[in-house]
Amino acid sequence: MTGHDHPHPELPASPYAVRIRAIEQLLIERGVLTRAEVRAQISYMEARSPENGARLVARAWVDEGFKARLLEDTKKAALELGIDATGPVEFLVVENTPQVHNLIVCTLCSCYPRAILGRPPDWYKSLDYRSRAVREPRAVMREFGFEVPEDIEVRVHDSTADLRYMVLPMRPEGTKGMSETGLAGLVRRDDLIGATIPLSPAKA
Amino acid sequence: MRFSPGESVVVLDLKRPGHVRTPSYLRGRSGRVDRILGEFRDPEDLAYGGDGLPEKPLYRVAFEQRELWPDYGGASGDLLYADIYEDWLERT
Repeated sequence: MTGHDHPHPELPASPYAVRIRAIEQLLIERGVLTRAEVRAQISYMEARSPENGARLVARAWVDEGFKARLLEDTKKAALELGIDATGPVEFLVVENTPQVHNLIVCTLCSCYPRAILGRPPDWYKSLDYRSRAVREPRAVMREFGFEVPEDIEVRVHDSTADLRYMVLPMRPEGTKGMSETGLAGLVRRDDLIGATIPLSPAKA
Repeated sequence: MRFSPGESVVVLDLKRPGHVRTPSYLRGRSGRVDRILGEFRDPEDLAYGGDGLPEKPLYRVAFEQRELWPDYGGASGDLLYADIYEDWLERT
């Protein structure tokens, strides 16, 4: 949806769209929000994408010091790469290791590190994913094409409150000597949620 | 902060209606405090137009998947973490 204030008669609006426009109109009429604020928020959200997460991961792979700072204070570390995720929400990056694989879900709604990654994928908001990720995470990941070996512990993080979680995947095999930009190109949105892991360049 | 990392806690089954951040599948379940996440404005007050003050301590609690789900099919070390506010927790 873009911020504009003229109707599109050629497109039948869904009941949800009609409702949200009515609410927006009321908020503006009552002086709670201005149209400029609504537009600014839409621009803010549209400027964020999984690419930000990929850049953070690639930098963490090539720079141990940065990785430590990312795990310690995600917002501050993100600023080093010009990614402004400042705001009231706190972030926690959870690191995959040879012993542990992390998966993120929000069973209550659709909490997601939006200030870094933008809007979550539709499947992340589905009742199916939200109810199954906590109960049978390995089966869910298998459906994404990722089989977690039995000797690796799966840790599911249900983002129930004020923190938003992002996964720091492991650097894939066969990436020695790759540039940071090349490495970032291997990291996909679903890898940052933990539903999958980045593939080595031979398979990507 | 009433609880420290490593302590065993149980999630209370408070019958609070409306906007709460403690999922029903964890109520009455036991876990272990993994870390203290800090203090945050109370979401149960913010949801209804309040200022959310005083702030409430928030904990990340770890639950063993095999204890949560009797038919859990994964490895025995598999864990589930959730972020729970202090007034929903009690020592076991």
